[in-house]
Amino acid sequence: MVTILPLDVRGATVRRRGRTIVGPVDLTLDGTGVTIVMGPNGAGKTTLLRMLHGLVRQRGGSIDWARPLAEAQAAQAFVFQTPVVLRRSVRDNIAFPLMLGGLARTQARERAEFWADRVGLAGALKQQAMDLSGGEKQKLALARALIREPQLLFLDEPTANLDGRSMREIEGILAQAQADGTRIVMATHNIGQARRMASDVIFLYRGRVHERNQASAFFAGPETGEAAAFIKGDIVE
Amino acid sequence: MGEIWQGLQAAFWLVVTLDPDLVEITLRSLQVTLCAVAIACAIGMPLGSWLAIQRFRYRRAVIALLNALMGLPPVVVGLVVYLLLSRAGPFGALNLLFSPTAMIIAQVIIVTPLVASISHQAVRELWSDYHDLLISLNASKRQRMTTLLVDARRALLMAALAGFGRAIGEVGAIMIVGGNIDHVSRVLTTAIALETSKGNFALALGLGFVLIGLAIAVSFASHALSRTEREGRW
Ligand SMILES: Nc1ncnc2c1ncn2[C@@H]1O[C@H](COP(=O)(O)OP(=O)(O)O)[C@@H](O)[C@H]1O
Ligand SMILES: [Mg+2]
Repeated sequence: MVTILPLDVRGATVRRRGRTIVGPVDLTLDGTGVTIVMGPNGAGKTTLLRMLHGLVRQRGGSIDWARPLAEAQAAQAFVFQTPVVLRRSVRDNIAFPLMLGGLARTQARERAEFWADRVGLAGALKQQAMDLSGGEKQKLALARALIREPQLLFLDEPTANLDGRSMREIEGILAQAQADGTRIVMATHNIGQARRMASDVIFLYRGRVHERNQASAFFAGPETGEAAAFIKGDIVE
Repeated sequence: MGEIWQGLQAAFWLVVTLDPDLVEITLRSLQVTLCAVAIACAIGMPLGSWLAIQRFRYRRAVIALLNALMGLPPVVVGLVVYLLLSRAGPFGALNLLFSPTAMIIAQVIIVTPLVASISHQAVRELWSDYHDLLISLNASKRQRMTTLLVDARRALLMAALAGFGRAIGEVGAIMIVGGNIDHVSRVLTTAIALETSKGNFALALGLGFVLIGLAIAVSFASHALSRTEREGRW
């Protein structure tokens, strides 16, 4: 049950070195589906997700959750483009959020084993996480994000550096997470992936929400030239 | 040549038979150095870690100062500690000059910047890796610090070993503040200096063997550590 949504964003802006890199953004996000954030490199996808998750502070405007901020943040997880790997075993990496939350080690590890199994890492529990392949590291990051059973999961191009097989496996895990009730917001510039996963699309262009629509409508008839060119695979700057 | 050979043989026997003087001096060396390193770690590791994750106004200046202190000539440290502890100095009333405590104080001043600097580097590297995750998971300041210290534990132990290596071989400062007094403040390095100047090469060499042995043990330990670091066995 997603209770921290709807999220209501009004005029939120992120500035760096005197330059507006994202915003002003107006956006609402409600309780179901997979939102895909698309747009060319440098459009501001990463910054937008980090702003929504509270990793970068916005300047001006407002970001309002249906619940108090602390509760809203505790119910979210974030998977980064380059997975963050703790210098620990696979099991202890996955158990980490529960350990921070004060759960006893044995129980946290038990849950970690369950999630390792879910993402296909059951055979690597005691291995050092640093020794995993790129795809395995990202699956570890996914298991670690899902172990707190977040209501809302942000993913920043989680498959950008991975081969086709890892990509398929990760999409499978995400489909399962969604079926379990997790709301997903994911940045990608892989159009095939967007078509497979999206229920709705945010098209970012030069830091602004250029277009926002249901996936079917967006892919059938984008409203802006930039989105149309992007879907066609043309170069959009 | 003959003299050196005889000296080596005599030194060997001193070590093998656990000559009481040799043992006493070795134990005092270990006692002073281990105390100094323990205190230096207790100060330097939290300081280094704190500098790595806390942003404040004069952070860069403090780090620069730390690096400068690493290059402090031990003899000068000895001189300053001597002046502070001497009868006329501000801490003269404590009556610490020419005691092992004075030597420990000097060693702490020499070793702490080294330990802090190595710890700082290790924790900073880890922090830049872990930063996003720890913030995303809403880890408290205390949890961030614990996570970084636990995961940097091997690098921190290396820092302690580097500190030990520096302290055990140091002679200038402890000679000045300890006075190299027999049965009170004589340690391996100061004893070697003294015995050599007296022409007592057997004892000097024997002490030298022990010192080299300790140094080699430390470098072996570091080496073994960096191997388990790569393999991540603990
Ligand atoms: N820390 C930063 N300092 C300055 N500029 C930044 C910083 N982070 C991102 N940018 C700029 O903001 C813009 C958006 O970046 P980003 O959000 O990473 O885009 P995307 O993820 O869509 O590729 C880019 O032009 C980038 O150069
Ligand atoms: Mg990006």
